[in-house]
Amino acid sequence: MSFPLALDVADLSKKYGDRMALSHANFEVPMGSICGFVGPNGSGKTTTIRMLLGLITPTTGSGHVLGESITEPEKYLPNVGAMIEGPAFYPALTGEQNLTVLAKLGGFDTGRIQGLLDLVDLGDRGDSKYKTYSLGMKQRLGIAAALLPNPKLLILDEPTNGLDPAGIQEVRALLRKLADNGTTVFVSSHLLSEIEMISDYLVMLRLGQVIFSGKTSELLAKQQPVIVAKPENRSDLEKLVKIATSAGHTATIIDESVHVTGESEFSAKFNKAAFEAGIVLASLTPVRASLEDTFFEMTGE
Amino acid sequence: MWNVFRAELTKLKRPSLSLSTIAAVAFVTSLTTSLLFLLVDSPEGNGERGVRIGRDVLALPSGVTISFSNAAGLLGIVALCIFAAQTAQEYIYGTLRNLLVRQPSRMKILIGKLGSMKLFAIAMVTLSALLAVSLSYLFAGVKDIPTQAWGTQDAQIAVIQTFINVLLATIGFGIFGMILGLLFRSPISAISIGVIWNLIIEGLLSIFVTNIDRYFPGQLLSIVATGGNERISYQYALFTSYGFLLAGLAIVAILFKRRDVAN
Repeated sequence: MSFPLALDVADLSKKYGDRMALSHANFEVPMGSICGFVGPNGSGKTTTIRMLLGLITPTTGSGHVLGESITEPEKYLPNVGAMIEGPAFYPALTGEQNLTVLAKLGGFDTGRIQGLLDLVDLGDRGDSKYKTYSLGMKQRLGIAAALLPNPKLLILDEPTNGLDPAGIQEVRALLRKLADNGTTVFVSSHLLSEIEMISDYLVMLRLGQVIFSGKTSELLAKQQPVIVAKPENRSDLEKLVKIATSAGHTATIIDESVHVTGESEFSAKFNKAAFEAGIVLASLTPVRASLEDTFFEMTGE
Repeated sequence: MWNVFRAELTKLKRPSLSLSTIAAVAFVTSLTTSLLFLLVDSPEGNGERGVRIGRDVLALPSGVTISFSNAAGLLGIVALCIFAAQTAQEYIYGTLRNLLVRQPSRMKILIGKLGSMKLFAIAMVTLSALLAVSLSYLFAGVKDIPTQAWGTQDAQIAVIQTFINVLLATIGFGIFGMILGLLFRSPISAISIGVIWNLIIEGLLSIFVTNIDRYFPGQLLSIVATGGNERISYQYALFTSYGFLLAGLAIVAILFKRRDVAN
């Protein structure tokens, strides 16, 4: 059975007392994609995830997960793996026992546990108590637990927290592999460079409101590319600004460089004009706005 | 529900919990049995609240069960602590969200949890019964108390009846602990409030206020364990205590079902 959309949220809101944690959110996530879920702390990411998992009740609005309404989580949760707000396990049980508890609870095959521990590089520590695990190991166990149902949709809240660079790279590769095999991945992270690298889609929140949802490439394409020119002589900075503005481009001095808005094609013309004006450039680099730049610009953080 | 039951048993079987429970059950059973027999001739009494249980009573067919039923109150406190901790720890560790993602039916979680803890209580009471009977024979020999009547059919019936009564009392205390665990969502708060309520508030008020124990679930459960007394019948104690507990359980079940899981 296939579903056109893995997630579909319409006008979803959650109010705690007088505080609106999420306000009239609308977004869609296609099946088989990796969707980044980003926003500053307190923007409503975890509240949204909790509503999608049936842990909290929306104040208004509706949502569908794998084609089923979020009012009936029992219909879709057997196909969903999730790690919410970091890993949470029983400290006195081993990693393997913790997974056994969840496998029995969900009616999943306990024979998969060792394979999953191997997959997250905990194969030789499965019989150690959870309380002896490092933060990175706890995080890996959380990912293994989320994979227990062999999910069609994987919802991960900050999965790379506490992981070293190699671990982050492994998680990135794992998520890509899962998506290639048809699993939809909905992942929140504050590591925007990671999200930029892996996500096809993006949902961006600010103060409980969705400020962007769509393809990551579309969002980044909206941003004006910038050419960064650094003259050998600091006194040439003003001259470079004049050259750029006379060509119809916006230019600003940041530190010891001039930032000129414009496509990379303008670089050659700009370089030539600078040369003709007797300016020697130490470097000239076309820069496309990163997700981080876009995020800060859009969220005003 | 069966899945929840199996999952909960995995948690209950962990050595730290099972070994400490065995130690606690062994301690309270040995304590009540040794006090009952070794202080049999003491003018200060050898039963609860200074009650004297003489050699002639101990020599009756039901004599073999007295120390076991005397242990019920303390066994109940052990059950209260375990049920409260097993319920409230899900909030403290944040594991409730994992449970609810894997089993969205909150009622199934609650019923499965209760079922597994009842099984744990059966194991506790069985261990206590075996130990109480064994120690009773041992201490009866030490104090020259005749035990011929303990091998009769009447004694066997008394043991079975006492087992059922102590089990009902222990599970009742456990349900009380579960209610507190769901209400306070913290093992320390639930256990301390439960123990203070049962041992201090109910205990003291029952001494100083006549007949108030008719309305206290902890006192009534202790009476259930002993099969009733001259003031409060077994039936009244059983139905009233379980009435209170089931009403409390229904209220916290509604709270548990409706409450957002936001931690």
